[in-house]
Amino acid sequence: MLPLLVTFIPIVAAILIMIGSPARFTALAASVLTLLITAIIFLRFNAFSGFQFIKSFPISTELHLNFALGVDGLSLLMILLAAIVLVAAVWFTGEIEHHENAFYACLLFIAGGAIGAFASLNLFFFYAFHELALIPTFLLIGIWGTGNRRAAAWKVTIYLALGSIILLVGLIMLYRAVPASARSLDLRILQAGQIPASMQSSIYLVLLIGFGILISLVPFHTWAPEAYASAPAPAAMLHAGVLKKFGLYGLLRLAVPLLPEGARQWSWLLLVLLLANIIYIGLVTIAQRRLDWMLGYSSVMHMGYIFLGIASANVLGTTGAAILMFAHGLSIALLFGITGEIRKRVASLDFDAMGGLAKAMPLGAFAFGLGVFAAIGLPGFANFAAEIMVVFGAFRNGFDYQHFHIFQWATLLALWGVVISAVYMLRAYRRTFFGSSAESGLVITDISPGFRVPIALLVVASLLLGFFPQIAVNRLMPTFRNYFNEALELKPTSGMRQDAIACFVPKERLFPNCRLISRSAAGGRRSLAGRPLETAVPWPATQ
Amino acid sequence: MISAPYLEVAVLVLGTVILLIESFSSKLDRRYLGYAALVGLSVIFLATFFVAPQSTTSTAPFWNFYAADALALFFKRIALVTTAAVILMMLDFARLVSVGIGGVTEQSGVGEFFTLPLFTCAGLMWMSSAIDFVLIFVSLELVTISFYVLVGFTRRNPASLEAAVKYLVLSAIATGFLVYGITWIFGATGETNLQKIARAFSRPGLEENAALFGGVLVIVALGFKIAAVPFHIWVADVYQGAPTPVTAFLSVGSKAAGFIVLLRVLQPFLILPQMQTLLVAITVLTLIYGNLAALPQTNVKRLLAYSSIAHAGYLLVAVVSFSGRAVAFYLVAYLLMTLLSFAVLILVSQPGGDQLESFAGLSQRSPFLAFAMLVAMASLAGVPFTAGFLGKFLVFDAAIAAHHFGLVVVAIVTVGAGFYYYFKVVRAIYWDAPPPSTDKIIVSPLTRVAIIALIAGTFVLGVYPQPIFDALR
Repeated sequence: MLPLLVTFIPIVAAILIMIGSPARFTALAASVLTLLITAIIFLRFNAFSGFQFIKSFPISTELHLNFALGVDGLSLLMILLAAIVLVAAVWFTGEIEHHENAFYACLLFIAGGAIGAFASLNLFFFYAFHELALIPTFLLIGIWGTGNRRAAAWKVTIYLALGSIILLVGLIMLYRAVPASARSLDLRILQAGQIPASMQSSIYLVLLIGFGILISLVPFHTWAPEAYASAPAPAAMLHAGVLKKFGLYGLLRLAVPLLPEGARQWSWLLLVLLLANIIYIGLVTIAQRRLDWMLGYSSVMHMGYIFLGIASANVLGTTGAAILMFAHGLSIALLFGITGEIRKRVASLDFDAMGGLAKAMPLGAFAFGLGVFAAIGLPGFANFAAEIMVVFGAFRNGFDYQHFHIFQWATLLALWGVVISAVYMLRAYRRTFFGSSAESGLVITDISPGFRVPIALLVVASLLLGFFPQIAVNRLMPTFRNYFNEALELKPTSGMRQDAIACFVPKERLFPNCRLISRSAAGGRRSLAGRPLETAVPWPATQ
Repeated sequence: MISAPYLEVAVLVLGTVILLIESFSSKLDRRYLGYAALVGLSVIFLATFFVAPQSTTSTAPFWNFYAADALALFFKRIALVTTAAVILMMLDFARLVSVGIGGVTEQSGVGEFFTLPLFTCAGLMWMSSAIDFVLIFVSLELVTISFYVLVGFTRRNPASLEAAVKYLVLSAIATGFLVYGITWIFGATGETNLQKIARAFSRPGLEENAALFGGVLVIVALGFKIAAVPFHIWVADVYQGAPTPVTAFLSVGSKAAGFIVLLRVLQPFLILPQMQTLLVAITVLTLIYGNLAALPQTNVKRLLAYSSIAHAGYLLVAVVSFSGRAVAFYLVAYLLMTLLSFAVLILVSQPGGDQLESFAGLSQRSPFLAFAMLVAMASLAGVPFTAGFLGKFLVFDAAIAAHHFGLVVVAIVTVGAGFYYYFKVVRAIYWDAPPPSTDKIIVSPLTRVAIIALIAGTFVLGVYPQPIFDALR
């Protein structure tokens, strides 16, 4: 019932606003309500019982179609991200000159679509909800955008539509590859090990391209910086912060558990592409001369780390990827939000034309600084905890952990990305807020004190997970443990690794023993839905 | 229970009665004839639910050429709904008709305009039941001949006349191909009945090549009806020149009937591999040509013409993949979204022509019509939660299940192209500023109800397709 509310409150609010209810009030009320209900789900969530709060309506037995909503740890974290960013985005929406109603309705549609996609247990609606954002994005960028908004809106729409249709084909191939007796569109019924290894390779590639376009994986990334640079700030916050995570969520939800053989075969390609995301786009980001473009590229670059976690194919790496999705969503939303405020105050976002804004807007500078630190991955922010899990997870990947091979090389190269992101982020921060003011003529006011609420919301959430990542890890781990239970078996060989895991994982609860995975080799088919843990064996204190 | 053939008889009687009233009462407001036709069609539509589907294997002589199975009934309903919607559009369009024919009074010629679609409808309904080449030919001609008149109805308008001539000439050639094909098939098998032809195919000593040649000729003729490439040359000009309600009728009714005949005719032939190769080639051409040619269009009617070619391509994908369910559902979705876009087009373009510019800033002139057009375009492009998306979903599903991966790749590219040209209309509606001197657009209550019904249908079938599947069972 609760996921139903969370999904439909934004959508119903959007429809009400289109009919004529007061726009800002309704949007804010709906988004806060969504966040509250998500918090209730989060608190009442039991990490060990798989999908929960399920509400299912049958639609068509012939198509295996039912409308089912429910959450497990992974989707819950994503919904929480969507709810937080939605509140912040609505709050950050200031004066809209024309068609205020339509603007808020579009924002709510994007958020409702994203939440619906995360909460859907049926592949059809998983896909359909995501596409709900397509037209609102087109309208938001095209009508209220800045700069070269029309070209950007076209580009993002065509790109995402093409990516979606490729994704649709991939999903249908996946569904058709399951033997007819077990065929279903329901995530709870789709099971690992049903898809023949020979078919996994092609399906995985199609899914990787489809999701990759939506995530801005390197050869398909050109839509992202342009769209985010032109989009109005709240739209960029929601799109870069939440909607883009849909593709990553899909890979984690479908490709990783259902197509392990495909993932193994294409891991070299994914590693090459994600390194291009990190290194090549990182360098491109350094070369940017405008703040909004720099942020757009940086959001493309950070996708590389999340891909690294997904590619790692082990519990630690995927857990890190999921937390990094959350952390990145918060930090990029904060940065885009503040950038939107700066855009309203200065003539140009060109680095050469800005400077010294810290004096005029101390609150803005402080908030932006926090966003920058989070994005770089400073310890204390969720990004740090997540990145370190991703890096450790990838270094000890789930495929061939005994040899020093492509995964370790990729991890080492990816680490340089941290340096690159520090370079561009800090440089942007310095050139925007410090130094001499280029535009002495303008009177620049600080962002209004009311904005402290959304800023605090984003920052506190990031700090909370930064200091206590186990809040998320506890809820995520059962899902991912299920994925890798029978696919592989890891043995701890080095002390370093254990310490790394021990940092993040509450020992007694999560690991039956330090052998990550498992003894249930005889387990046969396993449902995607979480199952209760096997009897817990105490964690060995030392090896 | 009603026997199925009475449905067509009822439509014919309705048409004849309205025609008689039209000729003997010169004082009557012609719009009442349109309303009468609407009421009559609705009653007949309701009556279809009281027809027991006839099993096709019945041996009575009448049922040898006339099928009343679930599929036939389903397409009869499509024909009835389409005709009703077209007559409704004609009521809005009537003002332009008397201008177009240079009539003396405001209502001259309008009466026939409301009556002719009824005869077309009867033809379409017969086509959906025809399982014998003779009945297929006769009903096809009934449809085509009434379309000759309708396309050229506004006879003082050169574009309409040009359209009529093109349609007449090319349609006559297509008919020639059809008859010639039928004779070859008859010569090879000695039968005109489709079921008996299917049985003849398994007989030893059949002149397979002769039958195949006949089949190819029939495909050419049907390709003309459904606007498949390379038999599509007439489409753009005829669609653009014909009165807009007639264009809607052509693009929905004519196409739906073409597809059911195609499904029935192909049944015996699909065991031949050559036929399948030929169909795949036609499908690929149709998909690519229809979508690419639509890209640069600036006239909305012409854009919809090319989009109708493109959708014929998706339907052909379903035909090649043997999925009758996908064909039927896609046709229903196509009916909803195409009628919706034409209904809006008629209202919007009355003063300003059919150019894309007449849609500029529609969101400010009439938010209701803007939203209706947005839904139509989103559904045509295939955005989820609309019937158009579920149609595409079924088509892709059928193609992947039949392992037509080449077709799937082509379809991916063309769907992407589709987003471009459909969103061009959306862009004009929402981004562009309206021309300075434009009035508000008045929507009559009846049209408003129809448009709301079409929008609701598009959304409901987008998430709840079960009623369609049930009707096909």
